[in-house]
Order: sequence, then structure tokens, then C-alpha cells
Amino acid sequence: MTIDHEMLTGFSKSFGLFYLIAMSIGVLVYTYWPSNKKPFEHAAKAVVSDEEDRPCL
Amino acid sequence: MISQLTGNERVLAALTFLILLCVGVAMAAAGRDDLIGTHGWIIAVSAIAGAVALLRAYDAPEPSATRLSEYYDDPSKVGIILTLIWGVIGMLVGVWVAALLAWPELTIDAAWASFGRLRPVHTSGVIFGFGGNALIATSFHVLQRTTRARLPDQFSPWFVLFGYNLFCVLAASGYLMGITQSKEYAEPEWYADIWLVVVWVVYFSIYIRTLLRRKEPHIYVANWYYMAFILVVALLHIINNLAVPISFGHAKSYSLFSGVQDAMTQWWYGHNAVAFFLTAGFLGMMYYYLPKRAGRPIYSYRTSIISFWGITFMYMWAGSHHLHYTALPHWVQSLGMAFSVVLLVPSWASAGNALLTLNGAWHKVRDDAVLRFMMLAAIFYGLATFEGSFMAIRAVNSLSHYTDWTIGHVHAGALGWVAMITYGSLYALTPWLWKRPALYSAKLVEWHFWLALSGTVVYVFAMWNSGVIQGLMWRTYNDSGTLSYSFVDSLVAMHPYYIARAFGGLLFLSGAVIALYNIVMTIRSPVAVASESASDIPLGLEPAAPIAQAGE
Repeated sequence: MTIDHEMLTGFSKSFGLFYLIAMSIGVLVYTYWPSNKKPFEHAAKAVVSDEEDRPCL
Repeated sequence: MISQLTGNERVLAALTFLILLCVGVAMAAAGRDDLIGTHGWIIAVSAIAGAVALLRAYDAPEPSATRLSEYYDDPSKVGIILTLIWGVIGMLVGVWVAALLAWPELTIDAAWASFGRLRPVHTSGVIFGFGGNALIATSFHVLQRTTRARLPDQFSPWFVLFGYNLFCVLAASGYLMGITQSKEYAEPEWYADIWLVVVWVVYFSIYIRTLLRRKEPHIYVANWYYMAFILVVALLHIINNLAVPISFGHAKSYSLFSGVQDAMTQWWYGHNAVAFFLTAGFLGMMYYYLPKRAGRPIYSYRTSIISFWGITFMYMWAGSHHLHYTALPHWVQSLGMAFSVVLLVPSWASAGNALLTLNGAWHKVRDDAVLRFMMLAAIFYGLATFEGSFMAIRAVNSLSHYTDWTIGHVHAGALGWVAMITYGSLYALTPWLWKRPALYSAKLVEWHFWLALSGTVVYVFAMWNSGVIQGLMWRTYNDSGTLSYSFVDSLVAMHPYYIARAFGGLLFLSGAVIALYNIVMTIRSPVAVASESASDIPLGLEPAAPIAQAGE
């Protein structure tokens, strides 16, 4: 197989489609995975919490 | 700041200054017949200034271990001041070049004062000087608060901050001397580029080392945006600046790329600099400071994650929309166009998420100009991303490209989004970091808000009008099939808009000066709070304060 313009454009036109779809599915699965709900809510609330402004040691 | 370094860090600082001094002197010697020699001297003098500061405090007692129970905010504090100063410089030069376009005879007979040399001082000054320092200062603050871990050491944050500003000085002074590699937003030559890579690797390592020690298991979404900014800017910067200098004693270099490949690489860089420097980084800022200031968690955390991945993976392919109707293959242009249109989805998801966070807190937006800055930023972000997707469509681009419409679009984003979210965040952050009950003057924040808003609106409308008129004049044919208007005809038509643009810029610049004054006065005003209070929110118990504190 020679690496030429046709081969590279063919690859980028096909592979690009599939990896972007796969990545989108992966992101959606991660985002809506039930057990992730709690850490997400905790993270969102932690930003506005009034906890003391010091690092945890 | 030297007294905050441990013994080992002081040795490390001394070694850094020594290496920098040697490099600077070597550049000055090898480049004595070239402009690079001047930059060698600038580097050497910076190293000497650093070494003098180090030696003067070298014998100071080492910092006590109690420092580890506090966040390390001094680099952020210095970064805030540098941001505001660069903002004033960059915008001042912006008004200057805008005035040159309106009244070209206003120039002086010096090479450094020509439009071509001043214009990159404006763009780099505001993007890298103002925007970059704001990102560095806020990212250190957000990183520590959201991971609940202190920065890993005391030396590397200073190295990043001062190293980055040395890069900015080399860039701006180089343009005035005539050093440029003629790539837009990537004008600095090879040695400055290499230095920025070193600084950037240390910057990323600070992020990784702090995250490794984090006490919050989940990494808050703002950090993802900041990390995408650091990582992708490194990637873009290294690839677009691949070049061979003609010798180690010359500033001039030749790019690895040529022809349409060079154009594509440059606009892949250029558009992603907008995407990851001016968007992802500032979205990180928005996702922390807007909820914090409003006292409400982000409306939908899940949406913020989905739009993060949407933005990072789709922006990468949008750069070719800068090269419509060029020698670039047609399908690459279409690819860039399609991705630019789809990008509207994650962009509006972010803007909507921000505005929905404020839904139910509109009384705070009404009373608190700081929060209003952030709200306006989200609105302009939505407007500018819609406009960008629209302009990336090939048929629209045939009208808008090479006209002032592009300039108007860029400034809707840069003034309306980037500068507004930055000023809002800095106004919120300054009293927290310096443990002040409130800003020096809430009234001045109001003044700044309305100056900034009116300046942006005047600027953007002037450029929209000017751009569409230009585009239409350049494509109007008469009965015999030739152009109806000469280029000079279109120049004459643009003149009133150029005056309006310079005026809009002047309004925005006055706001930036007010911000610098207000924040400096906030820092200089006497401390009203007992110093043992380590809380970010020293007077959070006063709900009636005119400048509402976060977390109320």
C-alpha cells in the first residue's frame, strides 16, 4: 500500500467520522453514568460552599 | 517573594538566573551585528535584575512549615497587577493604531511607529500580555481551591509568571525593532518560541503535580478547560513555529512549511489560539468565578462536561474556514465550514449554562456590576460564537473575508467575552486574595461596566457597517462587467466608521484605566479585617454590602 494523497484523504474522511462518533458516545456514557451523578453534584456545590479557605492537609 | 522560597528553591532560582545570564550574554555576543543581540541584552539584564533581588533577600529565614496550611496566592496577586498593566498598554496601542487608520497623517517619521510594527504590539499585548497573565493568575487560584491542595512548590509558579512576561517583553520589543516571522499571533522568532516552550512545560507540570496531590477526588470542570488551554496551546505553538534559524546569531528563521501547507498550519494554529487561548481558558475562568460570585452552583454540570469535549474536539478542525476560496483543497475548506457550524452547539451550551446559572439571581446581576460583567461576557460569548459559525459558511465568507467585519467579530469576542469575563473575575478575586471587605469603589466598577459596554457596542457596530459596506463595494459590478468602485472609493466610505471605532476603543481603554486604579486602590487601602482571618470571604456576614460577596 502506497501512502499517497488518495489514501490519506480516504483515511481521514472515513476514520475521522468513526472516531468522532465513538468519542461522542464515550463522553455521553461517562456524563450520564448513574454513579457519576454524585461526584458531579458534589463538585458543582463545592465551588460555592463556604468552607474555610485552606488546603486539606 | 524571595523570602518565601526554601533554601533549595533559592539555589534553583540562582541557577536559573545564571543559565539565563549565560544565554543572554551568548546571544548578545553572537548576535552583535543582528537584532537578536539587543534581545540577548534584555535577557541578560532580566537575569541580573532577578539575581540582585535574590541576593538581597538570600539570607532571609526560610519559610516556616505553617505555610503549607495556606494556599500560595502571591504569584496570582502579582499576575493580577501584570494583567491590568498589560491591558492598559495593549489597549492604548490599539487605540493608537485605530487612530492611525482614521488619520494616517498622525504618524511620526520612525520605523518603529509604523502601523505594521505597532499592530502586533496591540494584538500580542492584549492576547498574551493581558489575556495570558489573567489566565495564569486565575488558573493558580482556581486550581488550588478546586483541588484543595497547595501549589507543589514556591519556585515554579514564579518561573512561569516571570518567564512568560519575559516572553511578552521579547515579543513586543521585537516587533518594534522589526523582528517578526510573519505568522499572525505567532510573530516572535525562534529563540523566544523556544523559551515559551520551556515556560509552558513548567506551567503544565504545576497543574499535573497539584492534581496528583488533590484532596477532591473529582477534578472540577474549570480545571479541564484550563488544562486543555495549556496542553493544546503547547501543541499549536510547537508545530506552527517549527523553523530553522539561519544561524544562532540571527533572529531570522525559515519555517518548516511553505505554500498552502504553511497557510493551513498557520490557520490551524490561529483559529485554535482563539479556541484554546481565548475560549477554553476563559471558559475555565467563567465556570469557577461566575457560580462563585452568584453563589449558585453551575446550572448543569453535565452540560459543562459535554460542551467541554465538544469544544475541544471540534475546534481542532475548524481552522480551514480562514482559507475559503484559496489553493486549499475544497474538501478541507468544507470540513472546516462544517465543523465551525456544528461548534455552535457546544458554544451555546456553555453560554446558556452560564445564563441559566444566573436565572433566579437576577437581582444580584442588577445590583452587582461585577456579576454583570460576567453575565455580559456570557451573552457576548453566545453572540460571537453564533457570528463565527455564520461567517465560516463559505458563501457568507465571500462577503465578509478581508473586510472589517472580521475585525468586528474578533472584537465582539475579545472585548465582549474575553475582557468582560476577565475584569469580572479580577474584580471578584481581588478582595478575596487581599482579604479586603470590598473593592475600593463600587461606583468605579459601574463606570467601568458602562464604558466597556458602550465602547464594545460602538466598536462592533462601526466595524459591522464598515465591513459590509467594504464587502459589497468590492463585489459590485457595472453594466460593462467591471468593478463599480475603486479600492480608494471603499477607503473613503470607511473613514467615518474608523473614527467611530477609535472612539469606541477609547471608551474601552478608559474603562481599563479605571480598573487598574480601582484595584490598586483596593490593595493599598488599609486592612479592615483581623489578619488571622484566612477566609476568602472575610466579611461574608454582611449581606447588605453593596458589592455582594460570593457564597452569600
